[in-house]
Amino acid sequence: MTMSTTRASGTKAIIERCQILFDDLTFAAAREWKAAKPGRKVIGYMPIYVPREIIHAADMLPLGVLGGGDQLEVIHGDAYYQSYICRIPRSTIELGVSGRLDFVDGMMFPSICDVIRNLSGMWKMMFPDVYVRYFDVPQNYADDIGGSYYIGELNELRHDLGELRGSPITDEELRHSIEVYNENRRLVGELYDFRAKTPWQAPASEVYLVLRAGMVLPVEEHSVLIADYLAAARAEQRPMRDNCRIVLTSVFCEQPPLNLIKSLELSGCYVVDDDLLLVTRWLTEDVPIDGDPIGNLADAFLHHSESTAAKYEPSQAEKGQYLVRAVKRTGAEGVIFAAPSFCDPALLDRPMLQNVLSAANIPYIAFKYAENSGQMQPIREQAGTFADSIKLWSAA
Amino acid sequence: MSTEPQTAKPAKAPPKAPGKEAVKDASMLKQKEMMAAHYDRLSASPETGEKVVCTFVPGNLNELIMCFDLCNNLPEVNAIQSGLRRQSGAYVMEAEKAGHSEDVCTYVKSDIGMIAKGNIGPNGKKLPDPDLLLLSYTGCFTFMKWFELLRERYSCETLMLHTPYVADGKITQNMVDYMVRQLKEEVIPALERLSGIKFDIDRLREYLKKSAKAEDDLVKVLQSAKNKPSPIDGYFGGIYYIGPIFGAFRGTEDAIDYYRFLLEEVEERVAKGLGPVTPEGDMGEEKYRLVVEGPPNYTSFRQFWKMFYDEGAVVVASSYSKVGGVYDFGFRHDPDRPLETLAEYCLGVYTNRSLPMRVDMLASYIEDYEADGLLINSIKSCNSFSAGQLLIMREVEKRTGKPAAFVETDLVDPRYFSAANVKNRLESYFQMIDQKRAGVRSAA
Repeated sequence: MTMSTTRASGTKAIIERCQILFDDLTFAAAREWKAAKPGRKVIGYMPIYVPREIIHAADMLPLGVLGGGDQLEVIHGDAYYQSYICRIPRSTIELGVSGRLDFVDGMMFPSICDVIRNLSGMWKMMFPDVYVRYFDVPQNYADDIGGSYYIGELNELRHDLGELRGSPITDEELRHSIEVYNENRRLVGELYDFRAKTPWQAPASEVYLVLRAGMVLPVEEHSVLIADYLAAARAEQRPMRDNCRIVLTSVFCEQPPLNLIKSLELSGCYVVDDDLLLVTRWLTEDVPIDGDPIGNLADAFLHHSESTAAKYEPSQAEKGQYLVRAVKRTGAEGVIFAAPSFCDPALLDRPMLQNVLSAANIPYIAFKYAENSGQMQPIREQAGTFADSIKLWSAA
Repeated sequence: MSTEPQTAKPAKAPPKAPGKEAVKDASMLKQKEMMAAHYDRLSASPETGEKVVCTFVPGNLNELIMCFDLCNNLPEVNAIQSGLRRQSGAYVMEAEKAGHSEDVCTYVKSDIGMIAKGNIGPNGKKLPDPDLLLLSYTGCFTFMKWFELLRERYSCETLMLHTPYVADGKITQNMVDYMVRQLKEEVIPALERLSGIKFDIDRLREYLKKSAKAEDDLVKVLQSAKNKPSPIDGYFGGIYYIGPIFGAFRGTEDAIDYYRFLLEEVEERVAKGLGPVTPEGDMGEEKYRLVVEGPPNYTSFRQFWKMFYDEGAVVVASSYSKVGGVYDFGFRHDPDRPLETLAEYCLGVYTNRSLPMRVDMLASYIEDYEADGLLINSIKSCNSFSAGQLLIMREVEKRTGKPAAFVETDLVDPRYFSAANVKNRLESYFQMIDQKRAGVRSAA
């Protein structure tokens, strides 16, 4: 049985397939894709955003590399990092050193924090035969300033990937890829809307697994998978529990263990929005197909993209409002800050976001995790108490 | 980053570990006067009406700020001052009590705690609220969040100046153009609005000329460590030497005078064959020559330094003394290309350089300064420096064949300075160097 091509129906079967993809630390699906046609190339990328359209336009597979989770034994990786640095870089190094990424032709390290930034340099030194790109994005959103710079960076990436393939990436290829990713984002948006309206029909752990499959599958296949899941989830009737509705935030880089997401649900919280796997919905509107494709991608990044801690917010009045809007849009009753230990962006941002929530009378709790956290009881207790307090408070 | 502790109104503080009053050479006393005058200028600004711009040491645009008669205030330097005066521990805890994570930068928490406690500066007077936060986002992610946090408190205008990261070892035209556009279209117009002064590019050129002069002398001072014995300590002492140029004085006559004076002092020491001045006077015999990577610990600065000079170890070059500008590979502020040179300055600071560039630099220091090895002081709360240092250590060892060692402390959080552990590791390291030398001798 191949891992990437089996079509499944019914949420159980679909989620089983996603779970297999999730558990597979050898990236067999991506390896199969690469092996299916000579000359195919795979480009890994880390959170939170890279323009996957450009990789796709070069006939390459964008592969989400999100650390090793709670099943990877980190043997070599710990030798590269002090105890006070988060877990994702050490397990990513482990993936590299152990040969699990030996089929990857390039790695992209987005501008998210100093740890991932420095990891780009480490990768250059450790894997000199791999194309390594630190993907810088502007923190200035004016078209003629940050926009011009970003267009330059995108063109450089386009050029490099064209060289890696052996022929330049054409505008037509880019337009096609934009179209394909627009479709994928629309489906992800539909899935998130569906979950926000009926969270008992699409548990957060399932939605996460469906999205996570998109880190290793070709985008076309992933879009089919989302559509299948949506159809299956709509067709099934699941019991609605007396859970509160929460927005889960700060989980944009190092992944929480799947058990953590499940524990939140078990403790009485429906996750109705989150910032997991933001790359799947970073651009909030369709990117136009007509015109200059690179210019269109730049414009979308500058003017129609998500807010998160790794991004500068130029307006004090706007600071954290995205979270308030997420709460209102989804009818959430509270926010859970779950930040990875030692995560600068999430932890430095948190006090400001909490102040914004307090001003909007939105309750919240906060805790930390690592991708390999095993003990969920304290989190379950904290989240359960939070859910109870929301229900009591709402009833009053 | 000036480490010259200001002395007025010390708060309740535990006694300093080494006990005695530090010996200071004349340049240190001169710097102390300069720093005191700057802090007095800052604290008097509400009365004088001078406008205050907060900004950061890496990517500090002092020449540009001076074009608008604005006064710069550097929160990192304030945190260092709090660390040296042993007040930062309480400030950090104050910030943590207010909800700031124990995992994040202690400079930020020291600053926020200090503000919460009345924002009393090292001269014992209140530091002014900023009129502008010039967020020079250069080489450190935390800077971005730090000024978002300060903006939340002060509600003042905040200007982002984004310096792209030099990941591939080269400064590209796209990077320079981006920065120049930010300067022209956003930073300079905002400074004009704030100050009511029209930008005069010739005035900027004049300041840049002065910067280059002082930079020449600074480089000569730092490179004097190639002598044997080295007349300076390029890390503990180096932190004093970089104070004026990394702070509020780059581009001024004061900086030119200071570095000329310092150079004369150092040249005199070279002529006399003297080693560095330590807080306990002239250092004895030079036994070990080290290159150090990473910032120092400030809460136990003297105690940390003593662990080196007691063993006859002198730091001949350090990366931290390049954190506010790398001048020893040829860069100088260029008055003929005023905005481009500011961009290139920001792009070139140490923490904005890729890890392979950092390895190249440290390996070249070991060769050029004939050092015995590399010591890394890894800072718990500084990911910009610390992430990747273990690989840096291995790479430098591999390239130079010289032994390396690793100690861990923090910037201004006294809870993470374990004197016994650090001392043990240093002693082991010095033994390792001895063994290596003995091995070389017996092989010969």
